[in-house]
Amino acid sequence: MFSGFMVHAWEIGTIVAVVGGVVGFFVVLRGSAFEAHAIPNGAFAGAAGASLIGVSPLLGLGTFAVGAALVIAILSRRGRPDVVTALALVMMLALGAAFLSQTTEYEPEIFSLLFGEVLGVSTGEIVPIAVLGVVCLVALCMLYRPLLVSSLIPEIAEAQGLRTFRIEVAFLVIVALATTMTVPVVGALLIFSLMIGPPAAARCFTSRAGLAMVGSVAIALITIWVAIATAYETNWPVGFFVGVISALWFGVGRAFASFSTRAKAPTGSVVRQSVTATT
Amino acid sequence: MHFLFEPGLFSSAPVRTAALVGAITAVVSATVGVFTVIRSQSFAGHALTDVATTGGSAAYYLGISPLLGFIGGGALGAGAMEVAGVERVRSRDVATGIVLGAATGLAALFLYLDTTTSATTGAAQQILFGSIFTVETSTIPVVTVLGTLVLIVLAAIYRPLLLSSLSPELAAARGIRVRWVGLVFMMAMAVAVGLSSIAIGSILSTALLIGPAATALRITRSLRSSVIVAGVLGVATTLLGIVLAYDSSYWEPSTQGLPVSFFIVAITFAGYLLSGLPFVRRPVSPRSRHEDIGGRDHPRLATAGPQGSA
Repeated sequence: MFSGFMVHAWEIGTIVAVVGGVVGFFVVLRGSAFEAHAIPNGAFAGAAGASLIGVSPLLGLGTFAVGAALVIAILSRRGRPDVVTALALVMMLALGAAFLSQTTEYEPEIFSLLFGEVLGVSTGEIVPIAVLGVVCLVALCMLYRPLLVSSLIPEIAEAQGLRTFRIEVAFLVIVALATTMTVPVVGALLIFSLMIGPPAAARCFTSRAGLAMVGSVAIALITIWVAIATAYETNWPVGFFVGVISALWFGVGRAFASFSTRAKAPTGSVVRQSVTATT
Repeated sequence: MHFLFEPGLFSSAPVRTAALVGAITAVVSATVGVFTVIRSQSFAGHALTDVATTGGSAAYYLGISPLLGFIGGGALGAGAMEVAGVERVRSRDVATGIVLGAATGLAALFLYLDTTTSATTGAAQQILFGSIFTVETSTIPVVTVLGTLVLIVLAAIYRPLLLSSLSPELAAARGIRVRWVGLVFMMAMAVAVGLSSIAIGSILSTALLIGPAATALRITRSLRSSVIVAGVLGVATTLLGIVLAYDSSYWEPSTQGLPVSFFIVAITFAGYLLSGLPFVRRPVSPRSRHEDIGGRDHPRLATAGPQGSA
């Protein structure tokens, strides 16, 4: 389990869990679950288009992911964000279907793009993902305070002169970058599950923002490690275990939260508590 | 007219079936969609297509009726989302995401088991993308009956549904069971989405659910006219898309033809963008973007909402 090609699986899984845990913390905080689902899923169309005109699929993926992030952010200023995200997603999927109809070579790769194959990673694929992961983490560290304030208390953010639209654009581009490089390797499903379940569970356990982020990474790491080990033993897809374990974490978190609020006297919402803890 | 209708369009049986099934699902989707957009549940509406697909792949593996799988899977998923979700819109999206992740994981497992037992990799694409031109004539009665059922349920609950969508507090104060109304709506949406996913594919399911409804809500002033306009837009888009897709196999330089989903989605997207053009709206703060329930895209509904629009 810890030799040969499996080493790469452990390495890539760890990188993806750290990046997914941190990015996902903000995804859950900002209520951007739909965007986090739409961007990596729709970006596959870019890969299909790239293979049609004969350029690198990664270039197509990146172009479509960043393009989708920009389109969603800009159109959301004048329309409902959930409607805009849904329409941008189906537009990209339809483009992908159109690209696919013009070629016959691409078909088996759809499956691997959606569900990924973390057990078949090569050394060459790890370095770019690690580099991009570091870039995303550094960008999030620089944006940490404005992101937190604009997510939790938008009025104060605007009163302080923070440009919430620019922050939103920057954040969605970070989501796009974080997902693009990982999608061909681990699949859109796995990265999405890691970005939602662990952070949502972590927020149930603590109301302090920094602690919740660390908890999110820890839960994501445990999830991916258990998933890789069980997938190795059973030969079933890794994405299945990640999806189900993430959901279980969320269930445990919600049970814990309702138990602890029943035990204590209710003291305002979790959001307000974490605001007072961070400001 | 010859430039629009290529030879054999009206005599083709698959085209006729596609037009009929497409029109029925478009009307049902558009009606459900108006409430989906007002309630800001586009994510759930889209996620249910994937959840229904999981049910479909499970049915395929277990050897039971795919229709049962799609609708059963959708209903189970809708129930799970409603149970896991709480009142605030943000946490509701997270709950939707959790159910979506788990369901997609299950789909990966079923597709894996399918391919290891029967070696059909093409099944993945068929299930994921579907095609309106491969609809069988035998599905028409099922689609009609279930679609009518969904519309009847919506008509029965539309007053409490509208009130609890626009102002949950007011609805609760008037004795409406907001959670139950929400659950019934989710079930109706699950049936509608499951139906359209299997009939016209998951891409078109989301497109016809959200697109016509969102466009209609931008250009009309009352709920009734929104529903009617959305239905008309949905049917017109579907029929135009089918004609263009049929014609496209005659276009130069490729004789491959483009998929019908591409045309329908492109027309829907363009329609939504166009409907936003004449109105210059105020830029909206992120808070109201996430928490406003009462339709900013809808003038009268917005003023009736809890926060109103300034």
